[in-house]
Amino acid sequence: MSRTTRLGDRLLHLYTWLVIIWLSSPIAVMILFGFNDKQSKSNTTWQGFTLRWYAELFDISDLTVALRNTLVIALVSTVVTVVIGTMLGLALGRHRFRGKGVTNFLVFAAISTPELVMGASLLSLFVSGNVPRDSSTIIVSHVLFSLSFVVVTVRARVVTLDPALEEAARDLGATAWGTFRQVTLPSIMPGVLAGAMLSFALSIDDYVVTSFVNGSTVTFPLWIVGAVKTGIPPQVNVMGTLIFGIGVLIAIANAVAARRRG
Amino acid sequence: MRRLTPYLLALPSWMWLAIFLVVPMVAMASVSLQTGNAIDGFAMTFSFSNYGDAIGRYSPQLVRSLVYGGLATVAMLVIGYPVAYWIAFKGGTRKSVYLFLLLLPFFVSFVLRTISWNFLLSDNGILFGTLKGWGLLPADFHVLATTFAVVGGLTYNFLPFMILPIYVALERVDPRVVEAAQDLYASRTAAFRRVVLPLSLPGVFAGVLMTFVPATADPINAAILGGTANTMIGNIIQTEYLTNLDYPTASALSFTLMAVLLVGIFVYARALGTENVLEAAAR
Repeated sequence: MSRTTRLGDRLLHLYTWLVIIWLSSPIAVMILFGFNDKQSKSNTTWQGFTLRWYAELFDISDLTVALRNTLVIALVSTVVTVVIGTMLGLALGRHRFRGKGVTNFLVFAAISTPELVMGASLLSLFVSGNVPRDSSTIIVSHVLFSLSFVVVTVRARVVTLDPALEEAARDLGATAWGTFRQVTLPSIMPGVLAGAMLSFALSIDDYVVTSFVNGSTVTFPLWIVGAVKTGIPPQVNVMGTLIFGIGVLIAIANAVAARRRG
Repeated sequence: MRRLTPYLLALPSWMWLAIFLVVPMVAMASVSLQTGNAIDGFAMTFSFSNYGDAIGRYSPQLVRSLVYGGLATVAMLVIGYPVAYWIAFKGGTRKSVYLFLLLLPFFVSFVLRTISWNFLLSDNGILFGTLKGWGLLPADFHVLATTFAVVGGLTYNFLPFMILPIYVALERVDPRVVEAAQDLYASRTAAFRRVVLPLSLPGVFAGVLMTFVPATADPINAAILGGTANTMIGNIIQTEYLTNLDYPTASALSFTLMAVLLVGIFVYARALGTENVLEAAAR
């Protein structure tokens, strides 16, 4: 290789790191200002180190309620999404049936509809039908935008399965349900889990769709946007830091487990 | 019974998609043609003029959204392609570590990382406040509430969605194909332009699709970084729906936005010679 080639590669290597640093810099700021001993109302200049905001994490009651709403909504919508999404993923990956093409189109449409249009159309439905908006309408909407992601990850796993395994279980006298529980489900589990984590992450993160269908229920992202004008309290940074830490730990544990399985 | 299995498995999702994806679109189409107000109620009057009125009133924001979305997409392509290229060809055994680092921002909520930018870029914050203190910047220097801040925020927030599909496409390129081109006396530039670049186009196509649509329709960056002079169509639709309760105008704008994006996608697919948009997007 020529000298210029190696120089070019080195520059690209450096450049890649610069982009990574750029992408991570707001995270560093978020974590840092969760430790800021701020005296004035605004939290934009560094005024010294403190652990106060970790101790007073739940002191802002409506923020705590918002965080709890977000977690409950994410949990419920993930359970619903995983159950019905896995069912559809199995149907699409394993079976031939009428309406498969339309189903695939709808799954694709649900992924590619801009969140804004999805939120606006759901609100149109709820307004036209005089449906009161609260956490149940939020859950319904979150299931809608997460569903396709679970379907796609489960289907990808199902198509790699050898149907002979299930046939063998049936031949050995297992019932349909027993075959599903002891053979099919364990083999598609990585896809199901990936779909579950994805839908949980999409749910706790969502602002746009939720802002249309929330009624008077406030979630964590909605609370933060509402607080931008008056100043974000450091507790928000701490909550963001904790969610970030837990998410990264789960991702690393997942990667390590996957490597062990080979 | 066995013949019924797939239908039973698909039934709950079908109902969900029908009731909460298809019916709402019909409801929104219906609302967009109604007249009335939030207090007395709305009635169907087939007022197609709602569309003309809404577009007439908000064409600056609609055009601005397309321009900002387009600028951000181009910026993402220019910034992201070399990163995807380096990781795919030179990442070696640590490819997944680099990809993980690129995905780190997704462990912080979208709203929160946009607010962190607001933090970082604030007029007297840690960055500019310090530089102004040293006299390196004029006192009235600011980035927030400018076009640059909004386009930069969009670029930042959606960049990984551009890098990943390009990376996937480049990763599939067999290095021996590139070597073969060089053995046949293609220069490095020519090998890139005639071999690597064409093979990566499906990834570029998917990346542009995955970033342009959400960036154009995004209300968060303009709201948090844009001040009052950079309102995008997403902000207008939110305000019309949630503050002004002008459902017909908001619905008409939502449909207009979706139509413009769909037309854009098809024109773009044609231009790239991709026959089947769905298939390309699914890859």
